[in-house]
Amino acid sequence: MTRYIFSRAVQALLVLWGAFTLSFVLLQVMPGDAVLIKFQDPELGLSPQQISDIRASYGADESAFVQYAHVLGRTLAGQLGYSIETGVPVSRMLHAAYPTTLRLAVVSFGGAIMLAAAFATAALLAPLRPLRAALRLVPGLASGIPVFWLEIVAIQLVSFHWNLVPVVGVSGWAAVLLPGLALAIPISAPLTQVFLATAERVTAQPFIDVLRARGASPLRILYAHVLPNALPPTLTISGLVFGEILAGAVVTETVFGLDGLGQLAQQAVANQDVAVLQAIILISVAGFVVINFTVDALHPLIDPRIRRTQAGGAA
Amino acid sequence: MSTALAQWRQRHDVTLPRLLGVLPVVLLVIIALCPGLFTRLDPLAGQTDERLMAPTAAHWFGTDQFGRDVFSRIMHGSFSTLSAAMLAVAISLLVAIPLGLAAGLGGRRLSGAILAGADMVLAIPELFLSLSIITLIGPGATHVAFAVGISQVAGFTRMIRTEVVRVRATEYVEAAFGIGSTFWQVVWRHIVPNSLAPALSLATLRLGTAILAISTICFLGYGPSPPTPEWGLMITEGRNYLATAWWLTTFPGLAIIFSAWAATLLSRAIRVDP
Repeated sequence: MTRYIFSRAVQALLVLWGAFTLSFVLLQVMPGDAVLIKFQDPELGLSPQQISDIRASYGADESAFVQYAHVLGRTLAGQLGYSIETGVPVSRMLHAAYPTTLRLAVVSFGGAIMLAAAFATAALLAPLRPLRAALRLVPGLASGIPVFWLEIVAIQLVSFHWNLVPVVGVSGWAAVLLPGLALAIPISAPLTQVFLATAERVTAQPFIDVLRARGASPLRILYAHVLPNALPPTLTISGLVFGEILAGAVVTETVFGLDGLGQLAQQAVANQDVAVLQAIILISVAGFVVINFTVDALHPLIDPRIRRTQAGGAA
Repeated sequence: MSTALAQWRQRHDVTLPRLLGVLPVVLLVIIALCPGLFTRLDPLAGQTDERLMAPTAAHWFGTDQFGRDVFSRIMHGSFSTLSAAMLAVAISLLVAIPLGLAAGLGGRRLSGAILAGADMVLAIPELFLSLSIITLIGPGATHVAFAVGISQVAGFTRMIRTEVVRVRATEYVEAAFGIGSTFWQVVWRHIVPNSLAPALSLATLRLGTAILAISTICFLGYGPSPPTPEWGLMITEGRNYLATAWWLTTFPGLAIIFSAWAATLLSRAIRVDP
Protein backbone atom coordinates (compact mmCIF):
# COMPACT_ATOMS: atom_id res chain seq x y z
CA MET A 1 0.00 0.00 0.00
CA THR A 2 2.77 2.44 0.98
CA ARG A 3 4.73 1.38 -2.08
CA TYR A 4 1.70 1.98 -4.29
CA ILE A 5 1.22 5.50 -2.94
CA PHE A 6 4.95 6.23 -3.16
CA SER A 7 5.19 5.17 -6.82
CA ARG A 8 2.10 7.25 -7.62
CA ALA A 9 3.64 10.28 -5.93
CA VAL A 10 6.87 9.90 -7.92
CA GLN A 11 4.83 9.60 -11.11
CA ALA A 12 2.85 12.73 -10.21
CA LEU A 13 6.05 14.73 -9.61
CA LEU A 14 7.49 13.52 -12.92
CA VAL A 15 4.40 14.67 -14.81
CA LEU A 16 4.55 18.04 -13.06
CA TRP A 17 8.23 18.46 -13.92
CA GLY A 18 7.63 17.37 -17.52
CA ALA A 19 4.78 19.82 -18.00
CA PHE A 20 6.89 22.59 -16.47
CA THR A 21 9.74 21.83 -18.85
CA LEU A 22 7.41 21.65 -21.85
CA SER A 23 5.76 24.97 -21.04
CA PHE A 24 9.20 26.51 -20.48
CA VAL A 25 10.44 25.27 -23.85
CA LEU A 26 7.27 26.51 -25.58
CA LEU A 27 7.06 29.88 -23.90
CA GLN A 28 10.48 31.03 -22.82
CA VAL A 29 12.88 29.69 -25.42
CA MET A 30 11.53 31.87 -28.18
CA PRO A 31 13.71 32.92 -31.08
CA GLY A 32 12.97 36.57 -30.34
CA ASP A 33 12.17 36.55 -26.65
CA ALA A 34 9.19 38.34 -25.15
CA VAL A 35 11.24 41.15 -23.61
CA LEU A 36 12.82 41.95 -26.95
CA ILE A 37 9.48 41.88 -28.77
CA LYS A 38 7.94 44.20 -26.21
CA PHE A 39 10.70 46.77 -25.81
CA GLN A 40 12.24 47.05 -29.26
CA ASP A 41 9.19 49.02 -30.42
CA PRO A 42 10.79 52.27 -31.74
CA GLU A 43 7.97 54.35 -30.21
CA LEU A 44 9.25 53.54 -26.75
CA GLY A 45 12.53 55.24 -27.68
CA LEU A 46 14.75 52.87 -25.73
CA SER A 47 18.41 52.66 -26.65
CA PRO A 48 19.92 49.20 -27.35
CA GLN A 49 21.82 49.58 -24.08
CA GLN A 50 18.61 50.11 -22.10
CA ILE A 51 16.95 47.14 -23.82
CA SER A 52 19.83 44.86 -22.96
CA ASP A 53 19.68 46.11 -19.35
CA ILE A 54 16.00 45.23 -19.20
CA ARG A 55 16.70 41.84 -20.75
CA ALA A 56 19.41 41.24 -18.18
CA SER A 57 17.01 42.12 -15.36
CA TYR A 58 14.58 39.46 -16.63
CA GLY A 59 17.44 37.02 -17.18
CA ALA A 60 16.61 36.87 -20.91
CA ASP A 61 20.23 37.43 -21.96
CA GLU A 62 21.43 34.13 -20.50
CA SER A 63 21.63 30.86 -22.41
CA ALA A 64 18.45 28.77 -22.52
CA PHE A 65 19.88 26.21 -20.12
CA VAL A 66 20.90 28.78 -17.51
CA GLN A 67 17.47 30.39 -17.81
CA TYR A 68 15.81 27.01 -17.35
CA ALA A 69 17.83 26.25 -14.23
CA HIS A 70 17.09 29.71 -12.89
CA VAL A 71 13.33 29.55 -13.56
CA LEU A 72 13.08 26.01 -12.17
CA GLY A 73 14.99 27.05 -9.05
CA ARG A 74 12.87 30.08 -8.30
CA THR A 75 9.61 28.21 -9.09
CA LEU A 76 10.61 25.49 -6.62
CA ALA A 77 11.19 28.26 -4.07
CA GLY A 78 7.63 29.47 -4.72
CA GLN A 79 8.75 32.54 -6.70
CA LEU A 80 6.83 32.81 -9.97
CA GLY A 81 8.69 35.76 -11.50
CA TYR A 82 7.41 39.08 -12.77
CA SER A 83 4.87 39.98 -15.43
CA ILE A 84 6.63 41.32 -18.51
CA GLU A 85 3.60 43.49 -19.29
CA THR A 86 3.14 45.21 -15.94
CA GLY A 87 6.25 44.37 -13.93
CA VAL A 88 4.05 43.18 -11.05
CA PRO A 89 5.02 39.89 -9.33
CA VAL A 90 3.02 37.06 -10.94
CA SER A 91 2.11 35.68 -7.52
CA ARG A 92 0.39 38.98 -6.64
CA MET A 93 -1.62 38.87 -9.89
CA LEU A 94 -2.65 35.28 -9.19
CA HIS A 95 -3.57 36.17 -5.64
CA ALA A 96 -5.90 38.92 -6.83
CA ALA A 97 -7.47 36.76 -9.55
CA TYR A 98 -7.95 33.35 -7.97
CA PRO A 99 -11.07 34.02 -5.79
CA THR A 100 -13.26 34.67 -8.86
CA THR A 101 -12.06 31.54 -10.62
CA LEU A 102 -12.40 29.47 -7.45
CA ARG A 103 -16.04 30.58 -7.10
CA LEU A 104 -16.64 29.89 -10.78
CA ALA A 105 -15.09 26.42 -10.41
CA VAL A 106 -17.18 25.61 -7.32
CA VAL A 107 -20.44 26.61 -9.02
CA SER A 108 -19.65 24.86 -12.31
CA PHE A 109 -18.32 21.69 -10.66
CA GLY A 110 -21.26 21.48 -8.26
CA GLY A 111 -23.66 22.21 -11.10
CA ALA A 112 -22.00 19.60 -13.32
CA ILE A 113 -22.25 16.90 -10.63
CA MET A 114 -25.93 17.60 -10.04
CA LEU A 115 -26.66 17.79 -13.74
CA ALA A 116 -24.80 14.54 -14.42
CA ALA A 117 -26.55 12.77 -11.53
CA ALA A 118 -30.01 13.93 -12.58
CA PHE A 119 -29.36 13.17 -16.20
CA ALA A 120 -27.86 9.73 -15.61
CA THR A 121 -30.83 8.79 -13.40
CA ALA A 122 -33.23 9.88 -16.13
CA ALA A 123 -31.30 8.07 -18.87
CA LEU A 124 -31.20 4.84 -16.86
CA LEU A 125 -34.71 4.81 -15.41
CA ALA A 126 -36.86 6.54 -18.03
CA PRO A 127 -39.75 4.46 -19.35
CA LEU A 128 -39.59 3.14 -22.93
CA ARG A 129 -36.37 1.88 -24.46
CA PRO A 130 -36.27 4.44 -27.35
CA LEU A 131 -36.55 7.31 -24.85
CA ARG A 132 -33.62 5.92 -22.83
CA ALA A 133 -31.59 5.46 -26.01
CA ALA A 134 -32.35 9.04 -27.08
CA LEU A 135 -31.40 10.42 -23.65
CA ARG A 136 -28.09 8.58 -23.87
CA LEU A 137 -27.19 10.51 -27.02
CA VAL A 138 -27.63 13.89 -25.31
CA PRO A 139 -24.22 14.16 -23.50
CA GLY A 140 -22.40 13.49 -26.77
CA LEU A 141 -24.48 16.12 -28.54
CA ALA A 142 -23.96 18.59 -25.68
CA SER A 143 -20.19 18.28 -25.97
CA GLY A 144 -20.50 19.51 -29.57
CA ILE A 145 -21.80 22.88 -28.40
CA PRO A 146 -19.12 25.58 -28.07
CA VAL A 147 -19.03 26.95 -24.49
CA PHE A 148 -18.69 30.58 -25.53
CA TRP A 149 -21.79 30.37 -27.71
CA LEU A 150 -23.79 28.63 -24.98
CA GLU A 151 -22.85 31.41 -22.58
CA ILE A 152 -23.75 34.16 -25.01
CA VAL A 153 -27.15 32.58 -25.60
CA ALA A 154 -27.55 32.26 -21.82
CA ILE A 155 -26.88 35.99 -21.39
CA GLN A 156 -29.34 36.83 -24.14
CA LEU A 157 -32.12 34.63 -22.79
CA VAL A 158 -31.66 34.59 -19.02
CA SER A 159 -30.41 38.14 -18.46
CA PHE A 160 -31.76 40.23 -21.30
CA HIS A 161 -34.94 38.43 -22.33
CA TRP A 162 -36.25 37.04 -19.03
CA ASN A 163 -34.44 39.48 -16.70
CA LEU A 164 -33.71 36.66 -14.25
CA VAL A 165 -30.01 37.10 -13.39
CA PRO A 166 -28.17 40.40 -13.89
CA VAL A 167 -24.73 40.16 -15.53
CA VAL A 168 -23.67 43.79 -15.18
CA GLY A 169 -22.70 45.40 -11.88
CA VAL A 170 -22.69 42.22 -9.80
CA SER A 171 -19.87 40.83 -7.66
CA GLY A 172 -19.02 37.84 -5.49
CA TRP A 173 -21.09 34.68 -5.84
CA ALA A 174 -23.87 36.45 -7.75
CA ALA A 175 -21.41 37.25 -10.54
CA VAL A 176 -20.46 33.61 -11.08
CA LEU A 177 -23.95 32.10 -10.86
CA LEU A 178 -24.93 32.27 -14.52
CA PRO A 179 -21.36 31.72 -15.87
CA GLY A 180 -20.88 28.75 -13.55
CA LEU A 181 -24.14 27.10 -14.49
CA ALA A 182 -23.48 27.65 -18.21
CA LEU A 183 -19.99 26.14 -17.88
CA ALA A 184 -21.50 23.22 -15.93
CA ILE A 185 -23.26 21.94 -19.06
CA PRO A 186 -20.14 21.02 -21.11
CA ILE A 187 -18.32 19.93 -17.92
CA SER A 188 -21.10 17.49 -17.05
CA ALA A 189 -21.08 15.82 -20.49
CA PRO A 190 -17.95 13.63 -20.08
CA LEU A 191 -18.90 12.83 -16.46
CA THR A 192 -22.31 11.58 -17.63
CA GLN A 193 -20.81 9.63 -20.53
CA VAL A 194 -18.26 7.79 -18.39
CA PHE A 195 -20.82 7.11 -15.67
CA LEU A 196 -23.45 5.81 -18.12
CA ALA A 197 -20.96 3.57 -19.91
CA THR A 198 -19.85 2.00 -16.61
CA ALA A 199 -23.39 1.77 -15.27
CA GLU A 200 -24.37 -0.12 -18.40
CA ARG A 201 -21.63 -2.69 -17.83
CA VAL A 202 -22.61 -3.07 -14.17
CA THR A 203 -26.31 -3.48 -15.02
CA ALA A 204 -25.47 -6.32 -17.41
CA GLN A 205 -23.96 -8.37 -14.59
CA PRO A 206 -25.92 -11.33 -13.13
CA PHE A 207 -26.13 -9.95 -9.58
CA ILE A 208 -28.39 -7.17 -10.85
CA ASP A 209 -30.77 -9.81 -12.26
CA VAL A 210 -30.76 -11.53 -8.89
CA LEU A 211 -31.60 -8.26 -7.13
CA ARG A 212 -34.38 -7.60 -9.60
CA ALA A 213 -35.76 -11.11 -9.14
CA ARG A 214 -35.79 -10.59 -5.37
CA GLY A 215 -37.96 -7.53 -5.88
CA ALA A 216 -35.59 -4.59 -5.38
CA SER A 217 -36.94 -1.41 -6.92
CA PRO A 218 -35.10 0.09 -9.94
CA LEU A 219 -34.23 3.21 -7.91
CA ARG A 220 -32.81 1.10 -5.08
CA ILE A 221 -30.77 -1.00 -7.52
CA LEU A 222 -29.39 2.16 -9.11
CA TYR A 223 -28.39 3.97 -5.92
CA ALA A 224 -27.45 1.07 -3.66
CA HIS A 225 -25.81 -1.27 -6.16
CA VAL A 226 -25.00 0.31 -9.53
CA LEU A 227 -23.77 3.66 -8.19
CA PRO A 228 -21.06 2.31 -5.83
CA ASN A 229 -19.74 0.13 -8.65
CA ALA A 230 -19.84 2.80 -11.35
CA LEU A 231 -18.46 5.68 -9.26
CA PRO A 232 -14.72 4.81 -9.14
CA PRO A 233 -14.22 4.89 -12.95
CA THR A 234 -16.06 8.21 -13.05
CA LEU A 235 -13.77 9.58 -10.34
CA THR A 236 -10.69 8.80 -12.41
CA ILE A 237 -11.56 11.59 -14.85
CA SER A 238 -11.92 14.26 -12.13
CA GLY A 239 -8.34 15.46 -12.74
CA LEU A 240 -9.29 16.00 -16.37
CA VAL A 241 -12.44 17.82 -15.29
CA PHE A 242 -10.35 20.25 -13.22
CA GLY A 243 -8.27 21.13 -16.27
CA GLU A 244 -11.42 21.51 -18.36
CA ILE A 245 -12.90 23.93 -15.81
CA LEU A 246 -9.74 26.05 -15.81
CA ALA A 247 -9.59 26.05 -19.62
CA GLY A 248 -13.33 26.79 -19.67
CA ALA A 249 -12.65 29.73 -17.33
CA VAL A 250 -10.54 31.37 -20.06
CA VAL A 251 -13.57 31.48 -22.34
CA THR A 252 -16.20 32.04 -19.63
CA GLU A 253 -14.38 34.94 -17.95
CA THR A 254 -13.85 36.54 -21.35
CA VAL A 255 -17.55 36.29 -22.20
CA PHE A 256 -18.78 37.55 -18.83
CA GLY A 257 -15.97 40.03 -18.19
CA LEU A 258 -14.89 38.40 -14.91
CA ASP A 259 -11.41 39.19 -13.61
CA GLY A 260 -10.14 35.75 -12.72
CA LEU A 261 -7.30 33.43 -13.75
CA GLY A 262 -8.91 32.77 -17.13
CA GLN A 263 -9.02 36.45 -17.99
CA LEU A 264 -5.40 36.69 -16.81
CA ALA A 265 -4.42 33.84 -19.14
CA GLN A 266 -6.25 35.42 -22.06
CA GLN A 267 -4.46 38.76 -21.51
CA ALA A 268 -1.14 36.95 -21.07
CA VAL A 269 -1.54 35.35 -24.51
CA ALA A 270 -2.53 38.68 -26.06
CA ASN A 271 0.50 40.46 -24.52
CA GLN A 272 2.91 37.52 -24.86
CA ASP A 273 3.32 37.76 -21.09
CA VAL A 274 4.95 34.36 -20.82
CA ALA A 275 5.65 34.31 -17.07
CA VAL A 276 1.94 34.78 -16.29
CA LEU A 277 0.80 32.18 -18.83
CA GLN A 278 3.33 29.65 -17.58
CA ALA A 279 2.23 30.18 -13.97
CA ILE A 280 -1.40 29.51 -14.90
CA ILE A 281 -0.45 26.39 -16.87
CA LEU A 282 1.52 25.20 -13.84
CA ILE A 283 -1.52 25.74 -11.59
CA SER A 284 -3.68 23.70 -13.94
CA VAL A 285 -1.13 20.86 -14.17
CA ALA A 286 -0.55 20.89 -10.41
CA GLY A 287 -4.30 20.64 -9.85
CA PHE A 288 -4.55 17.78 -12.36
CA VAL A 289 -1.67 15.91 -10.74
CA VAL A 290 -2.84 16.43 -7.15
CA ILE A 291 -6.41 15.37 -7.96
CA ASN A 292 -5.26 12.29 -9.86
CA PHE A 293 -2.93 11.35 -7.03
CA THR A 294 -5.72 11.77 -4.47
CA VAL A 295 -8.10 9.66 -6.56
CA ASP A 296 -5.44 6.95 -6.98
CA ALA A 297 -4.72 6.97 -3.25
CA LEU A 298 -8.41 6.86 -2.35
CA HIS A 299 -9.26 4.21 -4.94
CA PRO A 300 -8.52 1.22 -2.68
CA LEU A 301 -10.66 2.79 0.06
CA ILE A 302 -13.66 3.20 -2.26
CA ASP A 303 -13.25 -0.07 -4.13
CA PRO A 304 -12.63 -3.09 -1.87
CA ARG A 305 -11.71 -5.24 -4.88
CA ILE A 306 -8.53 -3.24 -5.51
CA ARG A 307 -7.64 -3.46 -1.80
CA ARG A 308 -7.95 -7.23 -1.97
CA THR A 309 -5.77 -7.66 -5.07
CA GLN A 310 -3.10 -5.45 -3.54
CA ALA A 311 -3.13 -7.37 -0.28
CA GLY A 312 -2.90 -10.58 -2.30
CA GLY A 313 -0.02 -9.17 -4.33
CA ALA A 314 1.90 -8.15 -1.24
CA ALA A 315 1.50 -11.47 0.50
CA MET B 1 -23.84 -4.74 -62.62
CA SER B 2 -26.35 -4.71 -59.80
CA THR B 3 -24.81 -7.81 -58.26
CA ALA B 4 -21.39 -6.18 -58.35
CA LEU B 5 -22.87 -3.19 -56.58
CA ALA B 6 -24.56 -5.43 -54.04
CA GLN B 7 -21.28 -7.27 -53.45
CA TRP B 8 -19.46 -3.99 -52.94
CA ARG B 9 -22.13 -2.85 -50.53
CA GLN B 10 -21.96 -6.04 -48.55
CA ARG B 11 -18.19 -6.07 -48.50
CA HIS B 12 -18.01 -2.57 -47.11
CA ASP B 13 -21.09 -2.99 -44.94
CA VAL B 14 -22.86 -0.05 -46.55
CA THR B 15 -26.21 0.46 -44.87
CA LEU B 16 -28.75 3.25 -45.06
CA PRO B 17 -27.89 4.75 -41.62
CA ARG B 18 -24.22 4.76 -42.61
CA LEU B 19 -24.98 6.57 -45.87
CA LEU B 20 -27.16 9.09 -44.03
CA GLY B 21 -24.36 9.66 -41.54
CA VAL B 22 -21.99 10.70 -44.31
CA LEU B 23 -24.46 13.22 -45.82
CA PRO B 24 -23.98 16.20 -43.43
CA VAL B 25 -20.21 16.23 -44.00
CA VAL B 26 -20.72 15.92 -47.77
CA LEU B 27 -23.06 18.93 -47.59
CA LEU B 28 -20.47 20.86 -45.56
CA VAL B 29 -17.71 20.09 -48.03
CA ILE B 30 -19.90 21.23 -50.94
CA ILE B 31 -20.71 24.48 -49.09
CA ALA B 32 -17.05 25.05 -48.27
CA LEU B 33 -15.87 24.42 -51.83
CA CYS B 34 -18.61 26.31 -53.68
CA PRO B 35 -20.41 28.72 -51.35
CA GLY B 36 -21.60 30.54 -54.49
CA LEU B 37 -24.13 27.74 -55.07
CA PHE B 38 -25.98 28.71 -51.92
CA THR B 39 -25.75 32.47 -51.87
CA ARG B 40 -25.23 35.23 -54.42
CA LEU B 41 -24.45 37.91 -51.84
CA ASP B 42 -20.91 39.11 -51.19
CA PRO B 43 -19.68 38.14 -47.68
CA LEU B 44 -17.42 41.19 -47.49
CA ALA B 45 -19.36 44.02 -49.14
CA GLY B 46 -22.04 45.56 -46.97
CA GLN B 47 -25.03 47.71 -47.86
CA THR B 48 -24.94 50.74 -45.55
CA ASP B 49 -28.72 51.20 -45.75
CA GLU B 50 -29.27 47.58 -44.62
CA ARG B 51 -27.40 47.57 -41.31
CA LEU B 52 -28.41 45.25 -38.41
CA MET B 53 -31.55 43.98 -40.10
CA ALA B 54 -33.37 41.08 -38.47
CA PRO B 55 -33.79 37.91 -40.58
CA THR B 56 -36.07 38.47 -43.59
CA ALA B 57 -36.80 36.63 -46.83
CA ALA B 58 -34.00 38.56 -48.56
CA HIS B 59 -31.50 38.03 -45.72
CA TRP B 60 -32.30 34.66 -44.13
CA PHE B 61 -29.95 35.16 -41.17
CA GLY B 62 -30.20 38.99 -41.09
CA THR B 63 -27.40 41.50 -41.67
CA ASP B 64 -24.55 42.71 -39.48
CA GLN B 65 -23.34 46.16 -38.34
CA PHE B 66 -21.86 46.84 -41.81
CA GLY B 67 -24.96 45.64 -43.66
CA ARG B 68 -23.29 42.39 -44.73
CA ASP B 69 -25.48 39.32 -45.22
CA VAL B 70 -24.92 36.91 -42.29
CA PHE B 71 -26.04 33.84 -44.28
CA SER B 72 -23.51 34.59 -46.98
CA ARG B 73 -20.77 35.12 -44.37
CA ILE B 74 -21.58 31.78 -42.74
CA MET B 75 -21.52 29.96 -46.11
CA HIS B 76 -18.21 31.56 -47.08
CA GLY B 77 -16.81 31.07 -43.56
CA SER B 78 -17.24 27.28 -43.73
CA PHE B 79 -14.08 26.91 -45.82
CA SER B 80 -11.90 28.53 -43.17
CA THR B 81 -13.21 26.35 -40.32
CA LEU B 82 -13.36 23.11 -42.26
CA SER B 83 -9.94 23.41 -43.89
CA ALA B 84 -8.33 24.44 -40.60
CA ALA B 85 -9.90 21.47 -38.81
CA MET B 86 -8.75 19.04 -41.52
CA LEU B 87 -5.27 20.54 -41.49
CA ALA B 88 -5.16 20.22 -37.69
CA VAL B 89 -6.16 16.54 -37.77
CA ALA B 90 -3.73 15.86 -40.62
CA ILE B 91 -0.87 17.46 -38.67
CA SER B 92 -1.65 15.48 -35.55
CA LEU B 93 -1.88 12.21 -37.51
CA LEU B 94 1.37 12.96 -39.33
CA VAL B 95 3.21 13.32 -36.02
CA ALA B 96 1.24 10.75 -34.04
CA ILE B 97 1.34 7.80 -36.49
CA PRO B 98 5.13 7.33 -36.34
CA LEU B 99 5.15 7.97 -32.58
CA GLY B 100 2.25 5.57 -31.97
CA LEU B 101 3.80 2.85 -34.15
CA ALA B 102 7.16 3.29 -32.40
CA ALA B 103 5.48 3.11 -28.99
CA GLY B 104 3.55 -0.01 -29.97
CA LEU B 105 6.35 -1.83 -31.76
CA GLY B 106 9.48 -0.58 -30.02
CA GLY B 107 11.14 -2.00 -26.95
CA ARG B 108 10.12 -1.27 -23.38
CA ARG B 109 12.35 1.77 -23.03
CA LEU B 110 11.25 3.50 -26.23
CA SER B 111 7.60 2.77 -25.62
CA GLY B 112 7.88 3.82 -21.96
CA ALA B 113 9.56 7.09 -22.94
CA ILE B 114 6.92 7.95 -25.56
CA LEU B 115 4.05 7.11 -23.20
CA ALA B 116 5.58 9.11 -20.35
CA GLY B 117 5.99 12.07 -22.69
CA ALA B 118 2.37 11.75 -23.79
CA ASP B 119 1.26 11.66 -20.13
CA MET B 120 3.12 14.88 -19.43
CA VAL B 121 1.54 16.63 -22.39
CA LEU B 122 -1.93 15.30 -21.54
CA ALA B 123 -1.65 16.90 -18.09
CA ILE B 124 -1.89 20.32 -19.77
CA PRO B 125 -5.42 21.21 -20.96
CA GLU B 126 -5.51 21.30 -24.77
CA LEU B 127 -6.64 24.94 -24.84
CA PHE B 128 -3.62 26.04 -22.76
CA LEU B 129 -1.29 24.02 -24.96
CA SER B 130 -2.61 25.55 -28.17
CA LEU B 131 -2.62 29.05 -26.66
CA SER B 132 1.05 28.56 -25.68
CA ILE B 133 1.87 27.56 -29.24
CA ILE B 134 -0.02 30.64 -30.47
CA THR B 135 2.05 32.77 -28.10
CA LEU B 136 5.15 31.23 -29.65
CA ILE B 137 4.25 31.45 -33.35
CA GLY B 138 1.71 34.29 -33.37
CA PRO B 139 -1.96 34.41 -34.42
CA GLY B 140 -3.47 33.63 -37.83
CA ALA B 141 -5.68 31.00 -39.48
CA THR B 142 -2.92 28.50 -40.37
CA HIS B 143 -1.18 29.00 -37.03
CA VAL B 144 -4.39 28.13 -35.19
CA ALA B 145 -4.72 24.91 -37.20
CA PHE B 146 -1.10 24.06 -36.43
CA ALA B 147 -1.52 24.82 -32.71
CA VAL B 148 -4.69 22.73 -32.42
CA GLY B 149 -3.10 19.90 -34.41
CA ILE B 150 0.02 19.76 -32.26
CA SER B 151 -1.97 19.90 -29.02
CA GLN B 152 -3.91 16.79 -30.10
CA VAL B 153 -0.80 14.72 -30.86
CA ALA B 154 -0.44 13.14 -27.41
CA GLY B 155 -4.00 11.80 -27.40
CA PHE B 156 -3.65 10.40 -30.93
CA THR B 157 -0.32 8.76 -30.10
CA ARG B 158 -1.84 6.84 -27.18
CA MET B 159 -4.82 5.82 -29.31
CA ILE B 160 -2.67 4.48 -32.16
CA ARG B 161 -0.34 2.71 -29.74
CA THR B 162 -3.31 0.94 -28.11
CA GLU B 163 -4.45 -0.29 -31.54
CA VAL B 164 -0.95 -1.44 -32.51
CA VAL B 165 -0.57 -3.37 -29.25
CA ARG B 166 -3.98 -5.00 -29.80
CA VAL B 167 -3.18 -6.08 -33.38
CA ARG B 168 0.27 -7.26 -32.38
CA ALA B 169 -1.26 -9.74 -29.93
CA THR B 170 -3.65 -11.30 -32.48
CA GLU B 171 -3.28 -14.84 -33.80
CA TYR B 172 -2.91 -13.78 -37.42
CA VAL B 173 0.19 -11.78 -36.57
CA GLU B 174 1.57 -14.78 -34.73
CA ALA B 175 0.72 -16.96 -37.74
CA ALA B 176 2.45 -14.52 -40.10
CA PHE B 177 5.62 -14.79 -38.03
CA GLY B 178 5.10 -18.56 -37.97
CA ILE B 179 5.25 -18.89 -41.75
CA GLY B 180 8.53 -17.03 -41.76
CA SER B 181 7.63 -13.40 -42.53
CA THR B 182 10.18 -10.85 -41.44
CA PHE B 183 9.36 -8.24 -38.77
CA TRP B 184 8.91 -5.41 -41.28
CA GLN B 185 6.77 -7.57 -43.59
CA VAL B 186 4.40 -8.26 -40.72
CA VAL B 187 4.38 -4.60 -39.69
CA TRP B 188 3.62 -3.40 -43.19
CA ARG B 189 1.16 -6.13 -44.30
CA HIS B 190 -0.75 -6.73 -41.07
CA ILE B 191 -0.10 -4.34 -38.21
CA VAL B 192 -0.20 -1.00 -40.07
CA PRO B 193 -3.46 -1.58 -42.03
CA ASN B 194 -5.30 -3.26 -39.16
CA SER B 195 -4.36 -0.77 -36.49
CA LEU B 196 -4.69 2.39 -38.55
CA ALA B 197 -8.23 1.74 -39.81
CA PRO B 198 -9.86 2.09 -36.35
CA ALA B 199 -7.48 4.94 -35.55
CA LEU B 200 -8.55 6.82 -38.67
CA SER B 201 -12.23 6.52 -37.82
CA LEU B 202 -11.41 7.94 -34.39
CA ALA B 203 -9.56 10.72 -36.21
CA THR B 204 -12.83 11.83 -37.82
CA LEU B 205 -14.29 12.07 -34.31
CA ARG B 206 -11.39 14.38 -33.42
CA LEU B 207 -12.37 16.48 -36.43
CA GLY B 208 -15.36 17.66 -34.40
CA THR B 209 -13.15 18.46 -31.41
CA ALA B 210 -10.79 20.34 -33.72
CA ILE B 211 -13.68 22.41 -35.13
CA LEU B 212 -14.68 23.42 -31.59
CA ALA B 213 -11.10 24.17 -30.53
CA ILE B 214 -10.44 26.25 -33.64
CA SER B 215 -13.61 28.32 -33.31
CA THR B 216 -12.84 28.86 -29.60
CA ILE B 217 -9.37 30.22 -30.38
CA CYS B 218 -10.78 32.36 -33.19
CA PHE B 219 -13.45 33.62 -30.77
CA LEU B 220 -10.66 34.63 -28.35
CA GLY B 221 -9.20 36.65 -31.23
CA TYR B 222 -6.14 34.67 -32.33
CA GLY B 223 -7.48 33.44 -35.67
CA PRO B 224 -7.87 35.37 -38.91
CA SER B 225 -8.53 39.10 -38.47
CA PRO B 226 -11.64 41.01 -39.63
CA PRO B 227 -13.22 41.28 -42.16
CA THR B 228 -12.56 37.55 -42.85
CA PRO B 229 -15.78 35.58 -42.42
CA GLU B 230 -14.88 33.10 -39.66
CA TRP B 231 -17.58 31.64 -37.40
CA GLY B 232 -15.81 32.18 -34.07
CA LEU B 233 -14.73 35.68 -35.08
CA MET B 234 -18.29 36.51 -36.23
CA ILE B 235 -19.54 35.64 -32.73
CA THR B 236 -16.87 37.91 -31.17
CA GLU B 237 -17.96 40.78 -33.38
CA GLY B 238 -21.64 40.08 -32.75
CA ARG B 239 -21.13 40.30 -28.98
CA ASN B 240 -21.24 44.09 -29.19
CA TYR B 241 -24.86 43.85 -30.34
CA LEU B 242 -26.00 41.16 -27.89
CA ALA B 243 -29.03 43.01 -26.58
CA THR B 244 -30.37 44.12 -29.96
CA ALA B 245 -29.20 41.72 -32.72
CA TRP B 246 -29.43 38.11 -31.53
CA TRP B 247 -28.96 36.75 -35.07
CA LEU B 248 -25.33 37.91 -35.24
CA THR B 249 -24.23 35.43 -32.58
CA THR B 250 -26.90 32.73 -32.81
CA PHE B 251 -26.46 31.60 -36.43
CA PRO B 252 -22.64 31.27 -36.54
CA GLY B 253 -22.90 29.22 -33.33
CA LEU B 254 -25.46 26.92 -34.92
CA ALA B 255 -23.09 26.50 -37.88
CA ILE B 256 -20.31 25.41 -35.50
CA ILE B 257 -22.65 22.95 -33.75
CA PHE B 258 -23.86 21.54 -37.08
CA SER B 259 -20.26 20.95 -38.22
CA ALA B 260 -19.21 19.36 -34.94
CA TRP B 261 -22.23 17.02 -35.04
CA ALA B 262 -21.61 16.25 -38.71
CA ALA B 263 -18.08 15.12 -37.86
CA THR B 264 -19.43 12.92 -35.04
CA LEU B 265 -22.00 11.35 -37.38
CA LEU B 266 -19.30 10.71 -39.98
CA SER B 267 -17.08 8.97 -37.45
CA ARG B 268 -20.00 6.73 -36.46
CA ALA B 269 -20.83 6.01 -40.09
CA ILE B 270 -17.33 4.95 -41.08
CA ARG B 271 -16.46 3.31 -37.78
CA VAL B 272 -14.43 0.15 -38.18
CA ASP B 273 -15.01 -2.03 -35.16
CA PRO B 274 -11.84 -3.79 -34.11
